[in-house]
Amino acid sequence: MTDNTLIFPVLTHLFTAIVSLFFWQKTVSQRIISIVGSAVAMGLSIELFVKVWTGGILTLQAAGWDAPFGISFVADVFSCSMVLLTSFSGFAVSLYSATGIARARMLYGYFPIFHFLLMGLNGAFLTGDIFNLYVWFEVIIIASFVLMTLGGRKAQIEGSVKYMAMNILASAFFLTGIGILYGITGTLNMADLSLKISALENRKLVDITAIFFVIGFGIKSAVFPLYFWLPSSYHTPPSAVAAVFGGLLTKVGIYALFRVFTLIFIPDNFLSTLLVALAIFTILTGTFGAVIKNNIRRVFSYLIVCHIGFMVGGLGMYSEIALTGALFYLFHDILVKTNSFLIAGLIRKLRGTMNMEKLGGLYAEYPLLSLLIAIVFFSLVGIPPLSGFWPKIYLFEAGFMDRHYVLIGAIIVGSFATLYVIANLWAQVFWKNPPETPGDSPLTDDFKPMTRFRKALLVAPIAFLAAITLYVGLGAENITLVVQHIAREMKDPSPYIEAVLSKNIPQ
Amino acid sequence: MNSSILKTASNYLLPILLLFSVFLLLRGHYHPGGGFVGGLIASIAFVLHGFTHGTDATLRLLRIHPGVLIPVGLGLAALSMFAPVLTGQPVMTGLWIEEPLPVIGLIGSALFFDLGVYLVVIGVVLTILFTISQYSE
Repeated sequence: MTDNTLIFPVLTHLFTAIVSLFFWQKTVSQRIISIVGSAVAMGLSIELFVKVWTGGILTLQAAGWDAPFGISFVADVFSCSMVLLTSFSGFAVSLYSATGIARARMLYGYFPIFHFLLMGLNGAFLTGDIFNLYVWFEVIIIASFVLMTLGGRKAQIEGSVKYMAMNILASAFFLTGIGILYGITGTLNMADLSLKISALENRKLVDITAIFFVIGFGIKSAVFPLYFWLPSSYHTPPSAVAAVFGGLLTKVGIYALFRVFTLIFIPDNFLSTLLVALAIFTILTGTFGAVIKNNIRRVFSYLIVCHIGFMVGGLGMYSEIALTGALFYLFHDILVKTNSFLIAGLIRKLRGTMNMEKLGGLYAEYPLLSLLIAIVFFSLVGIPPLSGFWPKIYLFEAGFMDRHYVLIGAIIVGSFATLYVIANLWAQVFWKNPPETPGDSPLTDDFKPMTRFRKALLVAPIAFLAAITLYVGLGAENITLVVQHIAREMKDPSPYIEAVLSKNIPQ
Repeated sequence: MNSSILKTASNYLLPILLLFSVFLLLRGHYHPGGGFVGGLIASIAFVLHGFTHGTDATLRLLRIHPGVLIPVGLGLAALSMFAPVLTGQPVMTGLWIEEPLPVIGLIGSALFFDLGVYLVVIGVVLTILFTISQYSE
């Protein structure tokens, strides 16, 4: 069914960005425009999700050109749940940015770029054309590069050079892969590719092409061995920016991996083994990094790497249960990781530092706030019945069924390490008495002197995301329904292909 | 720059180059050309003027800061992309008038998209180059 509504989340962010460009240098208006735009996008995403969930896959052939030749936009349940989660995170971050971003950064166009980034994310989730996916990736990279360097501190520039270098490399691999793919099939439409690739006789060539996509998306989603750019760049930008990066940017890579490796390249023995092996190493390296770091945001950065491994592992096992677990983890991870970085920013506002050794005593001073943060951290660790717990059951079940014992071992190590890291963080930051001599830089509390309104703007997004996380944990049966539906669609992509290639254009 | 030949020439080149850029913009739908190239040519015209008369003189000539053209152009392009949605067609579909206009010819929503690109390119190029030249002065 052709429907223009599926492109509306993208257009909303585009228009929000353009309108806020008209209010260049007027930061108050820009804040209001950004929050309103994100709220509208959230409403439209919810509407889109309901529409797809009740009415089936929506497609849109841009400019009315028929499917294998024009650019298709497709909203299946997977795409529109990603759009929905993006809109939740986007709304929370836009609310948080209103006070969390320094005015100097806003003057250099923080909000327009932020919305261009969200536009790119939504576009990447909704497109059904692999070259168009590449174009959205470029939109994302350019926007994120500006966000990362905005402010121009030395550490930021250093982080973004690594970030930019690795992402350009990833794009080169991705683009080469697309080139070869077009050479052997003569099409770029993902549904059409799915049919043509499965009919191809030369499987070795298909595997080699798939490697290009593994490397390209692997770098973008920080999979071993090319993950190191992530921990060395994500701790440099302001926390609101790091929240979008940590919550959504790596997940776009994961989304693309899932899309490409369930629709175009169906994992055979070779690819499956490769993905599982990568997952194991990713989990372990992320774990070791997280355990030894002392800065809160560096710890979270390594945890991102570790948890990316869970999802790649689920994809590698490629059974319906494994995909269910991996997707559930993806949904949970977007919300929790965004929130963790927002919390890291809040802690910085409270104490002026993110070094765990210098922090302490937050629980005594802000008991209610600490309780809210505890919900998020417990979800991250996966204490039942919170959201991080359920996907692991599916992953374990799938692992035992297909005898992936090493992967199970790695997931257990990763989970315990997450528990240890978060427990350590909690003990150091919240329970420990603040150190007597805080060293050369005295701790400062920027939060106390703020007006109630500004405090609310900082805490509300964290509470908003925590509430959704709680729902994901406590209402796990509803999430499971959605996730199982997606996993079934992935194992049998024929409805997707049919929806895209059927000639259903309104006259 | 103190070359009086260049200075005099640039006064005459400015309108000619602008005219040429509009020609390229309009030609772009079926032939090589279009908003991007047209925008580059137009910005070259102003950059040449800036070289010979100084950046401030060019900014006075423009009256508005070129940065303003960026959101205007983007908005125009985005609206022309969005317009078919209002008539119930898929987004980005070209809408065309029935009868060709004299001189210009058949006009469609694609022209406004190109016009948007034209303005954005002028805005971006001039903002970048004028910022650099003002820093170096």
